Amino acid sequence: MELFLTQMLEFSLVAMLYGGVGSLVLLSNNRFALIWGSTFAFIGSLSAMASGFAAIFGMQTASFHATTSFALLSLSFRVDQLSGIFLVIIGAVGALATLYGWSYMKHNGDTYRLGAFFASYNLFLASMVLVVIANQALFFLLAWELMALASYFLVVFDHRNEESVKAGYIYFIMTHVATAFIILLSFIFYHTTGSLDFDVWRAESGSLTALSATLVFIFALIGFGTKAGIIPVHVWLPAAHPAAPSHVSALMSGVMIKLGIYMFIRVFFDFFLHTPMWLGITILLLGASSSVLGVIYALSEHDIKRLLAYHSIENIGIILLGLGAALIFRGIGENALSLLALAASLFHVVNHAIFKSLLFLSAGSVVLTTNSRNMEEFGGLGKRMPYTAVFFLIGSIAISGIIPFNGFVSEWLTFQSLFGGLALSGVGLKVLFTLGIASLALTGGLAAACFVKAFGVTFLARPRSREASEAHDSSLLMNLAMGSLAFAALFLGVYGAAATRLFVRIAESVNQSSIAQIPIMSFGNMGFTVRNGFAGLNMPALFLLLSFFLLATWLIMRAVLGKQRISKKITWDCGFPLTPRMEITSTAFAYSLMTIFRPILTYADSTKTVYQDPNLRHFVSSQSVHLHLVDMYMKYFYFPIARVFCSIARQMSRIQNGYINLYILYVLVTLVALLAWALILPQS
Amino acid sequence: MNFAVIIIQVLFVPLVAPLIIGVTRRIKAAMQNRRGADIFQPYRDLIKLFRKAEVLSEDATTISLVSPYVVFASMITIGALIPIVPFAGNILSSYADFIVVISLMILATFFLALNGLDAGNAFGGLGSSREMTLAALTEAGLFFSFMSIALLVQSTNLITLSIHIGTLPSSDWLILSLAFLAFFIALLAENARYPFDNPSTHLELTMVHEAMIIEASGPRLALFEWAAASKLLIFIVLGANIFIPWGIIISGWQSLSLAILVLLCKVFVLTVAVAMLESMTAKLRFFRLPDLLSTSFMLGLIALALAIF
Repeated sequence: MELFLTQMLEFSLVAMLYGGVGSLVLLSNNRFALIWGSTFAFIGSLSAMASGFAAIFGMQTASFHATTSFALLSLSFRVDQLSGIFLVIIGAVGALATLYGWSYMKHNGDTYRLGAFFASYNLFLASMVLVVIANQALFFLLAWELMALASYFLVVFDHRNEESVKAGYIYFIMTHVATAFIILLSFIFYHTTGSLDFDVWRAESGSLTALSATLVFIFALIGFGTKAGIIPVHVWLPAAHPAAPSHVSALMSGVMIKLGIYMFIRVFFDFFLHTPMWLGITILLLGASSSVLGVIYALSEHDIKRLLAYHSIENIGIILLGLGAALIFRGIGENALSLLALAASLFHVVNHAIFKSLLFLSAGSVVLTTNSRNMEEFGGLGKRMPYTAVFFLIGSIAISGIIPFNGFVSEWLTFQSLFGGLALSGVGLKVLFTLGIASLALTGGLAAACFVKAFGVTFLARPRSREASEAHDSSLLMNLAMGSLAFAALFLGVYGAAATRLFVRIAESVNQSSIAQIPIMSFGNMGFTVRNGFAGLNMPALFLLLSFFLLATWLIMRAVLGKQRISKKITWDCGFPLTPRMEITSTAFAYSLMTIFRPILTYADSTKTVYQDPNLRHFVSSQSVHLHLVDMYMKYFYFPIARVFCSIARQMSRIQNGYINLYILYVLVTLVALLAWALILPQS
Repeated sequence: MNFAVIIIQVLFVPLVAPLIIGVTRRIKAAMQNRRGADIFQPYRDLIKLFRKAEVLSEDATTISLVSPYVVFASMITIGALIPIVPFAGNILSSYADFIVVISLMILATFFLALNGLDAGNAFGGLGSSREMTLAALTEAGLFFSFMSIALLVQSTNLITLSIHIGTLPSSDWLILSLAFLAFFIALLAENARYPFDNPSTHLELTMVHEAMIIEASGPRLALFEWAAASKLLIFIVLGANIFIPWGIIISGWQSLSLAILVLLCKVFVLTVAVAMLESMTAKLRFFRLPDLLSTSFMLGLIALALAIF
């Protein structure tokens, strides 16, 4: 098993490397670059998935070590069950996104060079694989940086579009600031342990002083939290994800941001056996605020891909609720509850990877055929692209946490683990967990509202633009990719118990406590109960019950009423000619909820009225309302910081005045100062 | 015994639901000094609708064809799960988690709202927007009212809740009544009753539920109406069997029939309460509704706070 695992991993990395380099060689030939790049990315992803499954089901830890000629860098890999589950996500979503992209990228071939795209694409996949298997800090940082750069190139793929370049710029800055914090984190560890090896960190994390441990936690929160897209360090996410081609958005939203979560688990659970209480509390609070704010921002969006990007923030919030709860439970010795919360969190990671990539892919098909991301220009697409509509609908139901799809099971588990927190002693903790439950309950309802809007405005009613009325459905390959993801969403929902058992085992391998000693969950025929019968869930039974009643209603209606006569008439138009302007728009749909959340949202609207005769203001010739959200984070957090840096830079620029004589003087002064220092230093 | 309980569970909601609507209308008529229709009129209305031919919008997609079935089937599923005759030996009883029931309700609401958007009717879109706004805000209050009871009984299973509710000490009754108030506000909101919605008009200023099904006709309209009636009954049964702690523990045939009788009495009382309330309150302006819903949420939160401390 271990041999198979390492071979599959090597094979996957080599395939992606071939794919990347080959695409660069084929730079000028779009057709071959497409075939070459996609084939190798597909094969590489599949073998990454295989190795992930081998790690999970083999229940083994495989490691591999090779030194390089650089003293600090060694190529050391380690694959455990935690890496395994992330390898499966990378591989599965990677393979399906590649299939989708095969067809999707054909349409971009006329304007851009696909060779460059596929080189970055393969490197992006390979770097994600490297991130989850790296076992040495410098090697990890290289992989992390490679991932950031490759995804940056993918974001700015549409480089003739100014918006994409700007989004890429924000992403580039944010990701590098985050990396700086991760480098600082490595320094602290290196300072104490004298090694960059994760194994050494794991063994000697206890020897960190309280101050350096605190710094490590804060740096990890900022560094990895930025990648995960936690509010308030999320600003790059709604800009960068929509700018990339849709299957890349699926990979970024479905997989890449999860690697931030992966590193959270690695550092907080794997490296440290004990974390202070404030860390768990902070993560839970961050989760609560990210989930509620994420979904409220999503509601106010009418750009379909930005809407989905904000939902990623919401779902990261839900994942963090579980993660924070797990840390708190571990801190007070409730290992069984900690296990449950971590399993819920891991389950939601996988679920979000599935339905978010499904949603991004189906949104991508819509964007491809309408050439627009603005939902106000869609409408009526359900008739024109029925397969895409079904896939988007399944994704919408799953992400809203509605039975019988996978999102429900993981949200149910998260709820149950948060309920466990209410039984703890301590007023503060009870209030904290109540807050967590309230935010999760609120998020569920708002997400459903948001996806009624997204699906309804896009796929139902009449087309609001010429492009929408001429839309056509996705190609076979695209449907195949989306269909597989939709099936996975249903499968993990119905077989939620089996999946939960698997995630509990993975959580166990991370949390180092065994479920056998602690009867927090028991698995019966297809269902399971948690916390000694506090609650139980049996998804197959519920699924069968619902399908049975659905079928029974239909059959009885059919039998009693016979074949129905349905006559098709136009929609009730109130006596006016029926136009698409009668339909509700995305902004109008969300307006009442936005008004209710006005204290949080701070949106600005300006009305502009043009009169037929400006002197006689009786007859209006046109009237327009411009409604937009004020980006509070940019306005109150990032711009002030940027202003401080700019003013410092302006002060610094004073010493740079263009006289070469003066510059030589600087050199001289520096040299003298250094010499003086070198003279003084040995004495001290 | 087990089989009989399941049959009762499945059939009770769809069979009794139109009667509840009939009773409410009759009481409202009496309050308005009208004679009102017979309490069995909703059954005749449903039969009439089922016999009619159907007109569907040209713009409608498969959503319009499917959603009546999804909405109706979700209601029947909920009816089969909730404690109508709380009997722990029933095989369906272990599936009746309250989060599952809330999720099934959202499934129904989801498809109902999509149905409103499907034909591109101006009213339908407005109704869907309002319905989702209300549903999103109602969920938290509903959740917390169930949650506080669940913590008293130490189970989130609705059947267990309703069996153990009678054994709670009287000191818990404050929590029960606060949770019930929170639940009752959610009941009014979820079922498009006053002061949230006017169930008997087609006036665009007030419509929520009726707006979403305005394009439906014939058998599909009948299914929607039937599902709406079932939803009201489901909420009333939940109120009766989870928040009102006088029930019958079912052990044999005799107690089973007694339990149904007690349930019918409780359902009647709550139905009268809903009808009276509807006759005596005015419909609130839409943007006043969040205040009422946050009242529901706060009541649920207080109940929860009392339950955990």
